[in-house]
Amino acid sequence: MGEQVAFWLLSLIAVGSALGVIFLKNIFRAALLLLLVFFCVAGIFILLGADFLAGVQVLIYVGAVGILILMAIMLTREGERGSPFGRFKIPSALISIALLGMLIWAFIKTGWTFPSPPLPEPTTLKVGLSLFSLERGWVLPFEIASLLLLAAIIGTITLIRGKV
Amino acid sequence: MGIEHFLILSAILFSIGLFGALSKSNAVVVLMCIEIMLQGVNIALVAFSRYAALLTGQLFALFVITVAAAEIAVGLAIVIALYRARRVVEVERADMMRE
Repeated sequence: MGEQVAFWLLSLIAVGSALGVIFLKNIFRAALLLLLVFFCVAGIFILLGADFLAGVQVLIYVGAVGILILMAIMLTREGERGSPFGRFKIPSALISIALLGMLIWAFIKTGWTFPSPPLPEPTTLKVGLSLFSLERGWVLPFEIASLLLLAAIIGTITLIRGKV
Repeated sequence: MGIEHFLILSAILFSIGLFGALSKSNAVVVLMCIEIMLQGVNIALVAFSRYAALLTGQLFALFVITVAAAEIAVGLAIVIALYRARRVVEVERADMMRE
């Protein structure tokens, strides 16, 4: 019962603030609503028994990505011009609604035959063990991800460094 | 609470993000909408990971978060470099490769 109340509350807030990100004129408030979406998705992760991912979500999205977006908005001084729609508002709305309809139809029509999920238990240890286990582990993707982050750091510094 | 609830929530978030990413003209808002799309994807991955009792979905979501962090950093750096060079952040006016 409490689980369902939490799910509906979190999803209503997440969908509402995601709509607010698009339809608000003030881009700064849109960014703050985006942080609210991130928080609600972290709550959904907790409902799904993914406690480690919820922590990562709060740390990286709410902490790092949110601050990055707020700083980019302040650096580009776009607050006064608002966030207008482009030329393709109607076609993109049609495409999105068609995609949403197809996805929901597929999700409802598919007969999911999963057994009822086991009780949630702490996942941090299991995530770490399956990430770094020797056979069927994910060590190589992990290293590639760290290489990607290094490339992103160097690329970002190169892109926004002034002409020295 | 079936898996359909979480999948439909992820589809709704993905579609909202897709609509914003296709229709907004401010590049920062386009990047924000791409983040909303990735949130929807992550919800679907974690939902499958829970209901199929496999951890692989959570590991995928972890990598998606990593790639999204790199993407938003480079994307915002490109937007700021564009703003410095041209004083525009509208995606429709960033067309200097066409000239």
